[in-house]
Amino acid sequence: MNLLAEPIGVSHYLVVGAVLFVCGAVCMATKRNALGVLMGIELVLNGANLNFIAFGSRVLHADGQASIGLDGQLIALFVIVLAAAEAAVALAITLNFYNNHSTVDVDRADELKG
Amino acid sequence: MNLSNALPTLLGIAWLLPLASFVLIVFFGKHMGSHGKGAAYVACGAIITAFVLSAIALFGWLGEHPLSAKQHNAATERGELAKSSAEGVAPTEEPAAPPAYYSGDWYSLVEVGKLKITIGWYIDALTVAMFCMVTLIASCIHVYATGYMHDELHDVTDHEVHLSDGHHLVRPGRFHQFFQYLSLFCFSMLGLVISGNLAMTFVFWELVGICSYFLIGFYFERKSASTAANKAFIVNRVGDFGFIIGLMALFGAVGTFAYGDTKDADGKLLARGLFSEMRSPENAYRLTPPDGMVKSAASEKVGEIVQDHRQMGGDVAAQSEITSEMRDWRSDGWGYGLLVVAGLGIFCGCVGKSAQFPLQVWLPDAMEGPTPVSALVHSATMVAAGVYLVGRCFPLFTQEVLLVIAYVGCITLFIAATIAIVAVDIKRVLAYSTVSQLGYMMLSLGVGGWIAGLFHLFTHAFFKSLLFMCSGSVIHACHTNDMRKMGGLLKKMPYTGYTMLVGCLAIIGTGIPFVAGFSGYYSKDSIIAQALSFTNHNPVHRVLFIAAAGGASMTAFYMFRLWYMTFIGKPKDHQVYEHAHESPKVMWIPLVILAVFAFGIGWPMWGLTNLLEQARPAGTLETVKGAVIWPSLEHPSEELSHTDMAIHVPASIIAFSTALAGFLLATVFYAWRLLNPEEVRQQFSRLYQFLWHKWYFDELYNVIFVQPVLFVSRRVSDFDKKVIDRFIDGCALAVRGISTIDDAIDRWFVDGLVNWVASAIHSTGLSLRRVQTGRLRQYVMLIIVGTVALFILITFFRSSWAG
Repeated sequence: MNLLAEPIGVSHYLVVGAVLFVCGAVCMATKRNALGVLMGIELVLNGANLNFIAFGSRVLHADGQASIGLDGQLIALFVIVLAAAEAAVALAITLNFYNNHSTVDVDRADELKG
Repeated sequence: MNLSNALPTLLGIAWLLPLASFVLIVFFGKHMGSHGKGAAYVACGAIITAFVLSAIALFGWLGEHPLSAKQHNAATERGELAKSSAEGVAPTEEPAAPPAYYSGDWYSLVEVGKLKITIGWYIDALTVAMFCMVTLIASCIHVYATGYMHDELHDVTDHEVHLSDGHHLVRPGRFHQFFQYLSLFCFSMLGLVISGNLAMTFVFWELVGICSYFLIGFYFERKSASTAANKAFIVNRVGDFGFIIGLMALFGAVGTFAYGDTKDADGKLLARGLFSEMRSPENAYRLTPPDGMVKSAASEKVGEIVQDHRQMGGDVAAQSEITSEMRDWRSDGWGYGLLVVAGLGIFCGCVGKSAQFPLQVWLPDAMEGPTPVSALVHSATMVAAGVYLVGRCFPLFTQEVLLVIAYVGCITLFIAATIAIVAVDIKRVLAYSTVSQLGYMMLSLGVGGWIAGLFHLFTHAFFKSLLFMCSGSVIHACHTNDMRKMGGLLKKMPYTGYTMLVGCLAIIGTGIPFVAGFSGYYSKDSIIAQALSFTNHNPVHRVLFIAAAGGASMTAFYMFRLWYMTFIGKPKDHQVYEHAHESPKVMWIPLVILAVFAFGIGWPMWGLTNLLEQARPAGTLETVKGAVIWPSLEHPSEELSHTDMAIHVPASIIAFSTALAGFLLATVFYAWRLLNPEEVRQQFSRLYQFLWHKWYFDELYNVIFVQPVLFVSRRVSDFDKKVIDRFIDGCALAVRGISTIDDAIDRWFVDGLVNWVASAIHSTGLSLRRVQTGRLRQYVMLIIVGTVALFILITFFRSSWAG
């Protein structure tokens, strides 16, 4: 199967989602800055969202029938809301961490280790 | 209240009073008066009250059963009867009938099947007389003991016990304990006398034994005393073993222990006692093996008959056939052997208690107890119990058993009398004299002299207790038992000396023939007369009479030897003589009382023999001929020895002259000193040594019984130590070895495994701990790597499954 030779379909969206996901994951794993990590999380979530949208889109199906209706879009909305809420909480934690340690370096946050 | 209720009540209380005193002294003895002195008053009070009750019972008895007018010694009647017997007509006796008795049960201990063990009473003239005699003598002894045991009120220094540091033993006095034992002793003896069945008799028989054990071993710190107590107890066990066999033979075959018949309130016969089983009225009170004995002897035949009829289906028919066969079996002698065994068994017990040959060895050693005990044991209680039981069970004894009894008595009286001749310990002379007199009683019972034997039991009880208490008084004064250190004490101790003289005269049977005499004269005369009557009918057994007559002369010799050596002549040991003094009042007054009885209790006017005659077992007054095993054996009627002048006169003369001979010989030796005993001793030094060592009985038993037992026990002990112990030790070692290995396995293997698992988990945990770095980025890395890994794995497996 050659993606380049085919018309735009779900698979192409999935590739973009995967690239986004990997970028986010790499960002999470490599950034020492807590804000950077948060951005990585946003990328990962958006990569996932792209998948939902792609699977939920009527246009992308060859037979024009979407198998899941508007479910994909709804879940994507849900994930966005969750991401916003999560980002708010994480920012609050980061701010507190900064108040206590004067830094946002996540490697310094090792007080809970076993 | 009629007599059948009154007698058990009176005698029952008299019996239980000493027990009450015993219990009181056990619990409060130490705190009674100063140093337990009050215990003596309690014990004396109990036994004296018992005596009063017994005397009331005796008068009650005499009121109901007046003594018959027939007096054996009344000359006219004797003449008439002698004439009639000379004409070959059987003497006209009152027809045989069972004696008057009252029996019943107070309390039933066990009732299982046929076995019924009760605390009951059997009261006849003999019981009542024994009660009076025992309580009277015991009262005197109790009073005497309050004086004699005076030293025990304070700490006692026992000069015969040497401690390892060279000092003598000093111990607290045991005054109250002495009276406690005495009370228990009296209780046991009275229980033995009143008991209504053989099982109860046996219980009190053993109680008497244990009391004697306590009392003989009273000075138990002395080795000799504790050994003597053990010896008495062990030797008695030997006899009791036979007794138990006799009991089992009787019970197994007859199925009852009770002496008397059991009757209901209307006088209807419910169950027969031993006596009427053996001598039933239907059989004219002749001794026949009871049905039970015949059946158990012929048990095989009975079994066959029952088997036959069972097949034909008729138990009733079987019963009737057995009943009809019974007469044949009985006349064939079935069951007779069992009767002999039962009789011999019971007599075995009597041999032990009454110290008859061959179990006579314990009695002289029993002198280790305090003297009042010796007096009680030797006169009224323990040794009398044997004779009493022979008298009580007389209806059960076949002629063969009686012959054995006669010979045992004869041997005993001769052996003991010869030993008494050479003994120098004042109490041991008396002890052997007791053995000898008991031999007389057994001999008399054995030759059919039921009255004579028991009569001698009564008279002997009085003069022997008197003699013992006199000797105690002497010992109390001289602090030695050795007659060779005494002499000339009559002036210093007149009461003791003269009362003892009365005792000596009584025991040798002093009297003017056919007129009057001391009490011993009557009883000994009737024994010798009966022995003569027996030997006249059975000339083969002449030795029985010769021993009885010869024994009389030896009795006279050793008794006066004792008296002369003690009271007459020059003092041999001045220290002893200077120290001697008359005993206090509390000791000599009982002596005087007993002396009066020793003098006069045998007189015909008191009717003691007539009283005993009322208790004579049914069917024992007739001449009995022809035993099954020894057909020529004949037991002459006791009546003959009094009525037949051809027996009575020579017997009296022989008894008198032999006693006189013995008395004169003693006088020649020890009072007039015409002959020197020392020379005679050297002349017959062999014989003297033989007698001095008591016929070597102790040595003989040592060789025959003690040494083999020691040998065997040593071997057994070796076996135990060398084989069993070693085996056990080996087992122990093996078990220890196994357990060590087991321990190692447990420690190294099981524990090791558990510990290893634990430490592995621990180290895994530790190493896993390092993963928890707390570094967020690392976690994320791991999550991703993990996810990817999972993804790859699932993909891989999916394709492999699918493929």
